[in-house]
Amino acid sequence: MLFQAAAQGPQFFYLAPWIVFLPVIGLLINIIIGGRLPEKVVGVIGSTAVGLAFVVSVLLAISLAGHHEAVIVPLAQWIKVGNLDIPWAFQVDTLSVTMMLVVSGVGTLIHIYSIGYMHEDVRHNGDPKRFRRFFVFMNLFIAAMMILVGSDNYMMLFVGWEGVGLCSYLLIGFWYEKGKDGIGNSLAAKKAFVVNRIGDFGFLLAAFTIFWAFGTFNFTQVFEKAPAMAAVAPVILLFITLFMLLGVTGKSAQIPLYVWLPDAMAGPTPVSALIHAATMVTAGVYLIVRSAPLYNLTPQSQFVVTLVGSLTALFAATIAVGQFDIKKVLAYSTISQLGFMVAAAGIGAYYAAMFHLIAHAFFKGLLFLSSGSVIQGIERGQHHVEHDPRLAKTLKGNSEHLDPQDMRNMGGLRTRMKTTFWVYLIGSLALAGVFPFAGFWSKDEILVSEMAYKPILYVILALAAFLTAFYMARQVMMVFFGEPRTLAAEHSQESPKVMTIPLIILAVLSAFGGLINLPKLTIFGSIQEITTKWLEHAVEKGYLPEFTLWIGLTSTAVALLAIALGYWLYGRRYQEMLKLPTAKRPEDPIIAFIGPVFTALKNKWWVDELYWLIIVDPYVAVSKWLADVVDLRFWHDWFHDIVLVGGFNLLTRVLSVQIDLGIIDGIANGLGWLAQRLAAAMRRLQTGFVRNYALAVFFGLVIILGYLILR
Amino acid sequence: MVPITYYVSLSAILFAIGAIGVLVRRNAIVIFMSVELMLNSANLAFVAFARYYAALNGQIFVFFVMAVAAAEVAVGLALIVAIFHSKQSINVDDLDSLKG
Repeated sequence: MLFQAAAQGPQFFYLAPWIVFLPVIGLLINIIIGGRLPEKVVGVIGSTAVGLAFVVSVLLAISLAGHHEAVIVPLAQWIKVGNLDIPWAFQVDTLSVTMMLVVSGVGTLIHIYSIGYMHEDVRHNGDPKRFRRFFVFMNLFIAAMMILVGSDNYMMLFVGWEGVGLCSYLLIGFWYEKGKDGIGNSLAAKKAFVVNRIGDFGFLLAAFTIFWAFGTFNFTQVFEKAPAMAAVAPVILLFITLFMLLGVTGKSAQIPLYVWLPDAMAGPTPVSALIHAATMVTAGVYLIVRSAPLYNLTPQSQFVVTLVGSLTALFAATIAVGQFDIKKVLAYSTISQLGFMVAAAGIGAYYAAMFHLIAHAFFKGLLFLSSGSVIQGIERGQHHVEHDPRLAKTLKGNSEHLDPQDMRNMGGLRTRMKTTFWVYLIGSLALAGVFPFAGFWSKDEILVSEMAYKPILYVILALAAFLTAFYMARQVMMVFFGEPRTLAAEHSQESPKVMTIPLIILAVLSAFGGLINLPKLTIFGSIQEITTKWLEHAVEKGYLPEFTLWIGLTSTAVALLAIALGYWLYGRRYQEMLKLPTAKRPEDPIIAFIGPVFTALKNKWWVDELYWLIIVDPYVAVSKWLADVVDLRFWHDWFHDIVLVGGFNLLTRVLSVQIDLGIIDGIANGLGWLAQRLAAAMRRLQTGFVRNYALAVFFGLVIILGYLILR
Repeated sequence: MVPITYYVSLSAILFAIGAIGVLVRRNAIVIFMSVELMLNSANLAFVAFARYYAALNGQIFVFFVMAVAAAEVAVGLALIVAIFHSKQSINVDDLDSLKG
């Protein structure tokens, strides 16, 4: 064990809530006084907050090394209604701490990188004040992610789940006024949010069913009661696990809900690295691994999960081959790699899934950050060209149309951005699964597991691995090799140290990441299966892959073959092709071999269009119908204007004319009329002749006296 | 001795004459005189009964009546003068301002 030395050492479990508090403190400082601080200080505060969270994670890991069992650290009461009792409590076990280490570790490096990247990005996009906002959002994301991985129940997990979704939305739309037609980035953010809502709906249904079936959200209690439930009503578990899978497909970008992730590349590149490659999108994998006891009881669900993962892995890998945007390639690659993880988690190879998750966080974080470095290198080159009067002339006004993310505008960066090139190469080799980089070991475990489960799925994943190596070779060739294809690429410059040093650290991790879970072979002595042994304390044993030589050799052969093919197509043929006149030149050398299929790949198999056709368009049509016909015409024009307003008018007319004017006024006027008539009758008595009055008095007297006398 | 009946009868006749005078005459002064006649008929009855019952109450009452009548005449004649000033007439039928 790596942490054996610390066994029985000090225990820091009480520090667990600080993994959330520290990023929150960081963002609060930046919100309150960040506006008055210089940019660097803001960046350092944000990075330090995450760095301290990493320190806390390490302390928790050290504590766990001496005390393997899960420790619950309660923080506060949250909801207590009847027998519903949801606390804010942190479950510190080897699984959650592994996630914490990845999130805060990779997160810290990306924060440091962002200090350099955002310094240029905010200036390039013309709003330096947003530098602070970026770090506030990033710290908020780390806090939400820590809630997600640290929780001890499904509801607190859901809070983090939604929190990271919100941060993802905020950061995709970071330059919300930019993008296609000035609204592209906002649309991408909206798409991510809406698609995630569909997944969240599945997660919520699963969570509610869990409470309905088990009467609790607490992981430990649910898992204790699960076997009894499986014996009585397995369909409930099937329901829970399948709807949980829907949540996973949303958050971890699997078929059918993966469509938001490529669009999410609208966010700044560090965001793509942190949220859309290394951490948030792995939340789905974490959820499956966390819920392992439920999935172990439902083989049908496991099959669906692994099928979804495998198909996603292959499907996304094919699309990545047809993309020209450097970040889109990586986005589809991420979807594909998440497919690998989900496939592994589905068949119960939880340790393999987690291993690949960690390794992927290293090399995909590295690749995204490097691509950010490449993009800014091109932007710097473009800036240089535009401000050099001699070179600017040659641009002939085309400068503004240059897309710094289009790989066709690159080439030859190998000699111009040396550090970026080397780390990119390491990241690509790790992703392609070349021995002995991290990706080889982690992917190999997944392939072995799939082979043992269903050979057909192994074939699918091996094909995906082939395509992975191929599109990475294509990318590296197009970006770094050959001659520069634009002036901007020719004059591109290396990024500052604050960006390259995190890259180098991640490159080292990508290269040697395999060490954390070397296969069970005697030659590796005591350093074999570190992650597996570590996670055994938190996750039920599912399938434990054994190293199989022929699969390892096949993987390596497949990867090398794909790289060779990529080199031949894009290192050689692409360069020859460039000599042709523009009109005759095909878009991509592979068109000569796969023809129209490339168009399909380039257009992402028209899945977005398909979704528009079968979901969005009918939905919009229904919305319009509801708005126009039901709401405006029926509800507003007819019901409100005619029924309500007309009815009201009629009622008021009846009340005012018939009731008020007729009856009320009639009574009042009648009384007046009566009084008048009475008075008119009475006035006759008032003759004005005194003698008449005297006579009346006389008669009155006579009558009274007569009465008194005669009674 | 003259029986009480005669006195009361005379008093009644005088009262009736006064009342008729008040009701049928138009001249304000004549009406006044008729009122005086009625008052004096009452005085006569008072005196007659005082004598009949050998009590002084009635006779003392007559003095009150005469004093009040004198005051009334003073006010009444002043009113008539004032009316004559404004209307150039003391015909009570002309005083019909309160006619409804």
